[in-house]
Amino acid sequence: MPQLEIQIIAVVTALACALPGAFLVLRRVSMLSDAISHAILPGIVLAFFLTEDLNSPLLILGAAVTGVITAGLIEALNRTGRVREDAAIGLVFPVLFSIGVILIARYAGGVHLDIDAVLLGELAFAPFDRIVIGGRDLGPKALWVMGSVLLVNTAFITTLYKELKLSTFDPPLAAALGFSPVLLHYLLMGAVSVTAVGAFDAVGSILVVALVVGPPATAYLLTDSLARLLLLSAAIGTLAALVGYWASHLADASIAGSMATVVGIFFFLAYLFAPQQGVIAAIRRARGHRRRFAQQMLLVHLLHHEDTPEASRECQPEHLQEHLRWNEEIAGIAIKSSLRDRLVVSRGGLLHLTSEGREIAREAMVA
Amino acid sequence: MTLPFVLDFTLRTVAIGAAVLGIVSGTLGTYAVLRGQSLLGDAISHAALPGIAVAFLLTGVRSPVVLVLGAAAAGWIGALLVLQISKQTRIPYDASLGLVLSVFFGFGMVLLTFIQRLPSGNQAGLDTFLFGQAAALLPRDVVVMSVLGLIAISATILLWKELKLLAFDREFGASIGLPMRALDVTLTSLLVFAIVIGLQTVGVVLMSAILIAPAAAARQWSDRLGRIVLLAALFGAAAGVTGAVISASTPRLPTGPTIVLCAGAIMLVSLLAAPRRGLLAAHVRSRRSHRNLRELGVLEDMYTLARHHEDPLHPHPAVVLRTMTSGPESVQPGLRGLERRGWARRVDGDLWALTDSGLESAHAEFAAPVAGEAPGVRSLHGGRR
Repeated sequence: MPQLEIQIIAVVTALACALPGAFLVLRRVSMLSDAISHAILPGIVLAFFLTEDLNSPLLILGAAVTGVITAGLIEALNRTGRVREDAAIGLVFPVLFSIGVILIARYAGGVHLDIDAVLLGELAFAPFDRIVIGGRDLGPKALWVMGSVLLVNTAFITTLYKELKLSTFDPPLAAALGFSPVLLHYLLMGAVSVTAVGAFDAVGSILVVALVVGPPATAYLLTDSLARLLLLSAAIGTLAALVGYWASHLADASIAGSMATVVGIFFFLAYLFAPQQGVIAAIRRARGHRRRFAQQMLLVHLLHHEDTPEASRECQPEHLQEHLRWNEEIAGIAIKSSLRDRLVVSRGGLLHLTSEGREIAREAMVA
Repeated sequence: MTLPFVLDFTLRTVAIGAAVLGIVSGTLGTYAVLRGQSLLGDAISHAALPGIAVAFLLTGVRSPVVLVLGAAAAGWIGALLVLQISKQTRIPYDASLGLVLSVFFGFGMVLLTFIQRLPSGNQAGLDTFLFGQAAALLPRDVVVMSVLGLIAISATILLWKELKLLAFDREFGASIGLPMRALDVTLTSLLVFAIVIGLQTVGVVLMSAILIAPAAAARQWSDRLGRIVLLAALFGAAAGVTGAVISASTPRLPTGPTIVLCAGAIMLVSLLAAPRRGLLAAHVRSRRSHRNLRELGVLEDMYTLARHHEDPLHPHPAVVLRTMTSGPESVQPGLRGLERRGWARRVDGDLWALTDSGLESAHAEFAAPVAGEAPGVRSLHGGRR
């Protein structure tokens, strides 16, 4: 039972993170997830001092408010024109995190409010923290929390889908049409904060970053449509959560850590093999361009010398290297691919254009 | 709070370590901040974790040299991956930062759980890298930090001109034949050095602040690279030593966060109080120019009235001045400002007149352009006379 529950919590968390994450990645503010997931610490601690109850929903509220304040502070610092945005992010969150750590160290020494847990979380313990009302076991608390976060995020993105889409891809138009980009930005930051707060308990703030940024970044290599990006991110996040869980189970290692690792592996696979955006596809495309260009050059060359007295010399394969100043490799590629595509035939040691080859050469010359 | 901590051996070690850390990260942080790579440091420091774990797994020793080398190798790979991903694909730079830092860190956590279960089993010491434990710094750690720091600083000085070009005009550097790509990699490697030096003291999470805060603070005080670097090193050392001393002399005050708060305080003070770029200076400047503009506006209107009157020093009611401007509410404070300057005087109640020096200043300020602009007014005036 606990095993199944851990997996469900992991999947729900991955889904809740991937939805706002897609917009963070597209809007180039991914690092705000890192900043917020760290900076909420003092909010949690202060709310804890007020309520003296680690299970109080006020903790989540306090942390969410701190998250939005963090985004606001970064924005304010950036707007002074004295500090660039990335430096502002890198200044604000460590300072807030430090305040949180110091508050815990000085005033909350005896309590179970552990910095290790905040950073790393421990999914394995999540099933043991259950909600029991009137003697009835309603399931693990983390599942309720993350389930609510997932509901909130889904509602947020489905209701404001069009607004979010427009303000992500064309902020000036969105502003002109009367959707406040600022309001949308802070709503999104609020969603990220709530997600980070809900998740830090179970998976820790670093895995929040992995789940927020990783699946959408992977999906971004695989599709050009926003709707598909959201669905793919969700699917990739789910898969990473499950594979990560079982990997950690087999290797007896940190669950959050192996989920993050699997996210990284998925991204790396997409980075290499994505059909359009992948590195291998890019290399093949570059090779294809080079081959087509070499082929065209060869055909034009043959056309130029066709039926001329020098043809017997110019149309020898060996001569091409000298005349076109090609090295052996490119000449070989051009000749072989042209022979294969039947644009050229070899007769008596000389290359002759076929009618198709002549056609392509003429087109290339006109272009 | 005990005072004779100057003689305290541990504290001296920690303070020297924190100073070295501050100097090196201040210096290299300057380049990161100026080049818009402030958060690369955050990615590198997180990415270092699996390197520390692998170094320990491979060698089985907790020697600072081995661990620092492991951290540097992994941090370096992480940094190059970030740059490579954002160059080769359409993934934005910040997303590749977030990805690399969280994935490397997660993998590091997996490795740490392995180490925990080893029979030799003391993971103790490795997790100090997470949050830093300045109090646990030993003299041998400080020696390693100093040697690495010296290498990094010397390289920065030797490559001064080249790195300056890299930071400010990369294309020009490339056009005069400098290997900008190699320099980029070198600078990133030096940044990695600065980070691994700090990991043991302030930890993975807070390292980025030690890198950014002194540099961003120094930037407010000067526009010259040399001065910024020197100031950043100074600020870094000050934050390091102050933080170490405060935390050592106060019970239950962790060192890393205290150093970060000191650096943050230096940043805040610089942002507010720096002479030219500072926000206070800017505020004073803008208030002054606002006031100046207001007074000149009233002066111009008074001058216009004066030129249409036989006696230029004849008093006029303020209500007339108020009808002459689109901002009537600025007339009263403007008049009072002119009075303070001795350019206008209150004759009686609401009646105001220019003084001699006021007329002179107004003439110097407004006569020429008005004369050229509207000769007709003047001749009309003269004709009537």
